Amino acid sequence: MLRAVGATEIDELFDSVPEAVRLGRPLDLPDGLTEMETAFALRALADANTPTTALVSFAGAGCYDHYVPSIVDHVVRRPEFFTAYTPYQPEVSQGTLQNIYEFQTMICELTGMDVGNASMYDGATAFVEAALMASRVTKRHKVIVAGSVHPEWRVVLRTYAASGNIEVVTCPVADGVVPIAAAAALMDDSTAALLVSSPNFLGHLEDLAALGEVAHAAGALFVVSVNPILSGVLEPPSSFGADIVVGEGQPLGNPMSLGGPGLGFFACREAHLRQLPGRIVGRTVDVDGRGAFVLTMQTREQHIRRERATSNICSNHALNALAAAVYLSAVGVEGLAGVGRACVAKAHYLRDALLATGKFDAPYSAPFAHEFALRYKGDPAVMHSEMLGRGFLAGVDLGTIDPGMDGLVLFAVTEKRTRAEMDSFAGEVASL
Amino acid sequence: MTDSDARFPASAPSRGPRALIFETGSPESRCVVAPELDVPDVPLDTVLAGCARVQAPVLPHVTEGEIARHYHHLASMNFGVDSGSYPLGSCTMKYNPRLNEDVCRLEGFASLHPYQPVGTIQGALGLMVGLADALAEITGLPGVTLQPAAGAHGEFTAIMMFRAYHTANGDPRKRIVIPDAAHGTNPATVAMAGYDVTTIASDARGAVDLDALRAALDTDVAALMLTNPNTLGLFDPNIVAITEAVHAVGALAYCDGANMNAIMGKARPGDMGFDAMHINLHKTFSTPHGGGGPGAGPVCVTAALAPFLPGPLPVRLDDGTFSVGWTEHSIGRVRSSFGNFGVFVRAYAYVLALGGDGLRAASEQAVLSANYMKEKLKGTYPLPYDRPCMHEFVLSGARLRKEFGVHTLDVAKRLLDYGIHPPTIYFPLIVDESIMFEPTETESLEDLDRMIEVMLTIAGEAASDPDLLHGAPYSTPVRRLDEARAVKQPDLRWRPSSAR
Repeated sequence: MLRAVGATEIDELFDSVPEAVRLGRPLDLPDGLTEMETAFALRALADANTPTTALVSFAGAGCYDHYVPSIVDHVVRRPEFFTAYTPYQPEVSQGTLQNIYEFQTMICELTGMDVGNASMYDGATAFVEAALMASRVTKRHKVIVAGSVHPEWRVVLRTYAASGNIEVVTCPVADGVVPIAAAAALMDDSTAALLVSSPNFLGHLEDLAALGEVAHAAGALFVVSVNPILSGVLEPPSSFGADIVVGEGQPLGNPMSLGGPGLGFFACREAHLRQLPGRIVGRTVDVDGRGAFVLTMQTREQHIRRERATSNICSNHALNALAAAVYLSAVGVEGLAGVGRACVAKAHYLRDALLATGKFDAPYSAPFAHEFALRYKGDPAVMHSEMLGRGFLAGVDLGTIDPGMDGLVLFAVTEKRTRAEMDSFAGEVASL
Repeated sequence: MTDSDARFPASAPSRGPRALIFETGSPESRCVVAPELDVPDVPLDTVLAGCARVQAPVLPHVTEGEIARHYHHLASMNFGVDSGSYPLGSCTMKYNPRLNEDVCRLEGFASLHPYQPVGTIQGALGLMVGLADALAEITGLPGVTLQPAAGAHGEFTAIMMFRAYHTANGDPRKRIVIPDAAHGTNPATVAMAGYDVTTIASDARGAVDLDALRAALDTDVAALMLTNPNTLGLFDPNIVAITEAVHAVGALAYCDGANMNAIMGKARPGDMGFDAMHINLHKTFSTPHGGGGPGAGPVCVTAALAPFLPGPLPVRLDDGTFSVGWTEHSIGRVRSSFGNFGVFVRAYAYVLALGGDGLRAASEQAVLSANYMKEKLKGTYPLPYDRPCMHEFVLSGARLRKEFGVHTLDVAKRLLDYGIHPPTIYFPLIVDESIMFEPTETESLEDLDRMIEVMLTIAGEAASDPDLLHGAPYSTPVRRLDEARAVKQPDLRWRPSSAR
């Protein structure tokens, strides 16, 4: 091959690299390993962790330990899916494209919205894209975000807002939810959107009907984040006037994997289609008249529109969206409702059991779905650590996330938790 | 084949389009059934404050067997790196080692919750520190965040760090300079970060025009964004003068790391004077593209910019254990949790398997493969910028258009009939009818020779039967699509009312 290119040494091919910037030494990295050695090295790192499979976990706060049907990963591991690129050549990408079309349909069904995109990086970035889209649609600059939205998501929103493209105002919270009057007081004719999450970070359900009216009365868009695993039991945001619905799709068939990769989903009303960020797949026909799928509405996108694009995003989380679609196909509508019902019933059972121990106060009275916060009467860090030793991941100690929430512990209950595990957990906490 | 060909029964399974999963199965079909409740049921409408779902969503009714067949069929209509050569320029479609798919699924990685106590995720934090250290050594830029989810996300992260850096120095500045050969993500990122774009032309060699650059630079300029090696696959010989000129006006230099696969162990962006860059783990470090994601776009920066890194950052403590920290002037976060951890596991396995010498050898082979193909093809397909290339090269289809009325798009579609994924086409914009090949180091000599042979065959077909190419592809599950109809009559979801 060297002869064919007229070179005698491989380094001649790097002649265009100026002498001054050539590395001139080996990289200071260890020698390569055989496959077996690599496998052992990674196994050792994995073994230095304590996975939730070795614990009884009540941790949620945006990342959830649901059962994933076996078929999901068998589909995701098909190399035709995972070794493919973005489907720019539709003639040989119909598998990816049809799945995205089916995924878009499922997201519309869960959220009640008209159109959805092919997925985004995660819930937080989908949330930010919703704020930016609302600003483009309304040609307004300010967004009001509920203080009950996930603290990490609010930090991401603030990070993006440092661009100056939007201004973020946080709405205060009372009893773990957004007071309608507080939201209304912040709205004015420069407000592009009111952004809320329901269930919110503390697991509470917001009064979406009233908040939607508050947003629309000011001419702003109403942006709602939901947990899709609850879509079988909770009325979709479309029923409460939502203009954009986003969320984190990890609970649908994706492992927690330390919080990534999951997927963001994004759906809106048809009227705002041309302002959607991200990839969109549409159905059309080929030259022989056969139905087929293709990336569409690409004039919104960066490779065509450059600095005037609706977003700089040029990928989605297609493989995670595939997992979500297979998951939803596997559980079906009854299964999704069953999972949601189990989560809600078990969360209510655990809350009662924990309050009965006398070790907790209930700081909030707002309705909740499958996640709730209690105030531990002692030091939550000590409780958390003690329970870890007994094989339990005792929720999330909220003081470690936000000092303003010191003393609170957030518990999530999925369908995987059994009554025996919850009874055992409550019994162990009572014995502290 | 004709309709009456008895060898192919009319009811034979189609290789082409398949019914939607919503149109598959029957109302009685079930796959996974939710377990019986082992706690008292709750009245949903009461506990959910009147918000219990009234009308159920419509989801597929299918058995596990029906799911398996549906997605098997979808998979059969896809083309991945395992299917054949995939020389998609700027995308680095190298082979994805299977071990990496196994290790990322170990329970000790896949079943970790992001809010577990740090004492229970020491291996995960150690892995992230190890990967960040390796990227710092490979790029020559010591500050690393793994958080961004993709290359464009990494660009945004770095430009927001630049904004924070300039703001800390009293002036965020207004403009960012970008060469005309840049990826579209660069100007789109600049707009998202609240800056204006100034575009400069490339010179006759396809490199940055130094005079044009100097003319565009002033104290309003926050940064230059540059891909080096650039999108023509050429290393910019003036790179040091370029970054010096940028620094001379107090601006910062950003390297789009899309083309890092050319220079691992050979040259480091930090040594070239770049202040920040992103790495596409899904290109250079062999993690799969997943049909459009997930990838990961870590950002590496100079020590001066490190205080602005987003958090949380995995850190190694003096006692050898690992923890999580935040920098003093952190810009915040660009997404939830630590980033796409499952992608980090795969990339780290790749780094460990190859080692320092292996990474250098990978880049050398990628560059050799590209030059080999370039030399064999440039006599047939003109090479507008004829210099030794790095890991990719850009041909022009303009001659075929002029002589035979055949466009680059036609060549690309014909490649599909030969079982080869087309190269990147019509990018970069500065080459007429551009064809951008990036063979990667994992294609064998046999694969390279076959791609060359097919490209030469197609050039012959263009001369002898241009309409053959205009109509291609013929052998794919579907043929050319009516993309205009998809835009004019948007059909973006299935509706229950349209059921059979």
